[in-house]
Amino acid sequence: MRTRLVTVLLALITAFLVIPGAVATADEQGGESLHGQIGQPDDRDQGVEGILITVFQGEDEIDAVETDSDGIWEVELPEPGGYRLVLDQESVPSEFAVRETTLVVDGVAEVEVEANEQRRVLIALENPGESAGQDESSPSPDDEATEDDDAAADEEVVAVEGVSGGFGERFVQLTAAGLLFGLVIAISAIGLSLIFGTTQVINFSHGDMVTFGAMMALLFSTGAAGLGNSLLAIFAGLGIAILLGAFMEGKLNRTTLIILQWASVFGGIALATLLGVMGDDLGWQVPLWAAAGISVVMGAVLGGTMERYLWRPLRKRNVALIQMFIVSIGLALVVRHVILVLFGASRTRYAGYQVQELVHFGPISMPPRDLVIMAVAIVVLVLVACLLQFTRIGKAMRAVSDNRDLAESSGIDVDRVTLYVWFLGGGLASLGGVLFGLNQVVDYEMGFRLLLLMFAAVILGGLGTAYGAMVGGITVGLVAMLSTLWFPTQLMQAWALALMILMLLVRPQGLLGQRERVG
Amino acid sequence: MDIFLILAEAARSAVGPVAAIYALAAIGLNLHFGYTGLLNFGQVGFMLVGAYGVGISVTVFELPLLVGFLVGLGCAVVLALLLGIPTLRLRADYLSITTIAAAEVLRLVYRAGFAEPLTNGVYGIQNLSGEFRTWNVFFDPGERYGFGAFSFSGNHMWLMTVTWGLVALMALLTWLLMHSPWGRVVKGIREDEEAVRSLGKNVFAYKMQILVLGGLIGALAGSMMAVHQGAIQPDQFKPQVTFFLWVILLLGGAGRVFGPILGSMAFWFLMNFTDKFLRALGAEGYLPFLSGPDYGAIQLAFVGVMLVLLIVFRPQGLIGDRKEMLINVK
Repeated sequence: MRTRLVTVLLALITAFLVIPGAVATADEQGGESLHGQIGQPDDRDQGVEGILITVFQGEDEIDAVETDSDGIWEVELPEPGGYRLVLDQESVPSEFAVRETTLVVDGVAEVEVEANEQRRVLIALENPGESAGQDESSPSPDDEATEDDDAAADEEVVAVEGVSGGFGERFVQLTAAGLLFGLVIAISAIGLSLIFGTTQVINFSHGDMVTFGAMMALLFSTGAAGLGNSLLAIFAGLGIAILLGAFMEGKLNRTTLIILQWASVFGGIALATLLGVMGDDLGWQVPLWAAAGISVVMGAVLGGTMERYLWRPLRKRNVALIQMFIVSIGLALVVRHVILVLFGASRTRYAGYQVQELVHFGPISMPPRDLVIMAVAIVVLVLVACLLQFTRIGKAMRAVSDNRDLAESSGIDVDRVTLYVWFLGGGLASLGGVLFGLNQVVDYEMGFRLLLLMFAAVILGGLGTAYGAMVGGITVGLVAMLSTLWFPTQLMQAWALALMILMLLVRPQGLLGQRERVG
Repeated sequence: MDIFLILAEAARSAVGPVAAIYALAAIGLNLHFGYTGLLNFGQVGFMLVGAYGVGISVTVFELPLLVGFLVGLGCAVVLALLLGIPTLRLRADYLSITTIAAAEVLRLVYRAGFAEPLTNGVYGIQNLSGEFRTWNVFFDPGERYGFGAFSFSGNHMWLMTVTWGLVALMALLTWLLMHSPWGRVVKGIREDEEAVRSLGKNVFAYKMQILVLGGLIGALAGSMMAVHQGAIQPDQFKPQVTFFLWVILLLGGAGRVFGPILGSMAFWFLMNFTDKFLRALGAEGYLPFLSGPDYGAIQLAFVGVMLVLLIVFRPQGLIGDRKEMLINVK
């Protein structure tokens, strides 16, 4: 088998080697050129049109171009050598200024171009006055939650709003922000921890389940048409199939059950196609809280589907754990990029909750939406704790999480409990996504950014324990936010990671983990 | 649509500099995962410190390129120690979480505003290829070498010679190491850590050595990447790169000397083929629902699917040994 594959591959490669090669290679036929894309400072995907760029060689003008509607420009060059690129400052829209970098000084850049090089020149715009060091406490007389420009321009940073004043005040404000952030992390991380506990799989796709939740809420709250209906239909089909499997097993005979399940899955897909074809005729829209509800249900179905149609078969095949980790990474890539294709890379916010009157409690002032987030998060966490502590299924979850074999031998249906854990984990991840998106922005990578903090949280609290994830999440949120008192905002995640590494050194089983050999 | 042109282009990329760089990084990952069973999901972090070692030394401190390489390698050793000391005594899953997080945090730190004096933030460092090209004594930069679809400029030829040379060297090193007593202990750790420990071997020290060694090779790949592109930005070192390396390793066959090399060539062939093919279809109007940036996303989703399918149906890859791949986390 192995030799055959290698032979085929080698034959294939040889075949291409001898393909007659009058063919010119596409990426090198153009000779030398300079190109680039100029985007808006707040959103680099939005191009800025009509900026005039002139390229000189010595004193001779080579060409002058304007950026097109996507902000893209390109200049063909006659030969390799040194060129001077001049940006017409007058043509830059007055609300922006050209960012000074080592390459671009005062709108002029000197570049060396090698033979056959298509050189990309990075020119960036900024909001005027940004580089001059903005006033730290931007006074907002009307007391509205204003955007922090710096943080908005940098898409990788978690923005903190309404923080100003002396050290003590900032400390209190950041504690509140950290508590909020920590609650969001905790909600999302419970699933991660429980899933690890019950199946020993580290679910690297958990972050993308968070993104999924946020995106679904965005979709249904801004008006779902063809796409939303289709997705609903597919998920309804899958959900019915899984529930049939969970509840009707033993009551129906096996063949009927399988037929029913597949009928429901394919029925869902067929309905989705139909709805997709009908397109925007069936448009509807719900308020955000209802959209969040839909997204939680869909997230639960997504989790259940993964468990039922991917992880359970893999466990039955005795696939090793390391392999499962890799599968979950592959799954994460698939989910993230399908979301990217469907919804695009733009960064959006839930409409209608952005500009709100701040509510004051002594030094703390928060927009009402943050209060709602905190309230929802606390209520949900308490409910989950009650579920785990007092209900039969919750006890079963903790038992399986504690010791799978022992739970199985004492009569717990481990497969079914695992399925419920995935439902719970998926639903909570979706909810976490909605809350995170409400507090920050929604984009296709938000979940992955949160995933790192979730990892820190679950390791801090103890891998596999639900309460550990809650404690760890809140701690990580607080540490991340409070670190901005002394250190740059961009290092937030680094401190969470440092905390995690410290924990591994001191108490590898985590705060609430049981003492056992973990190595 | 000219299918032969697309195939030829794809085959060209399979032997090109990028494939060589990824093969090099995957050799490091092969030492980690294929031979020792260490789950390193942050190989891109090693590449990043390698690339920025070169970049910062050459542009900010104006040191010779060779020193830049050494700085990059030194950073990789430090990173490996930082990652290894807390996690290598623990189960494999702790290392995987720590590495994926550390690599991403490194990227965030390198692109952060306060690091801008050194790293130039999101805009990255430019003009790095100059000195490397002056070392070129074999090829004339203006000339094109090769035949037909397989022609490269002199500069590329020089880079490819060096990088593929390094790949061959590291493959040889892997082979020699794995056929030494040291290598047998390392492979024993992959099979059964407890058994090796009970024979009186210091498992932690062996794991640490292999983590450092694989990280060094990864950093070397990063340095070559900096030299190849001439410009580096932190956002090139997203976690996707690590996942590419995993696909390469699993496609070729983990735990085999030639696995990463074959995997890299096959992977870049497939990547370029699917990309060009989809774009050609799009250009002819068969895919009206896709716009420009979607193709890249589809490709990455395709990588994910490939990863899942490979693990499920052919965990040993093209030339691996299925029995060797049945390792488990203890």
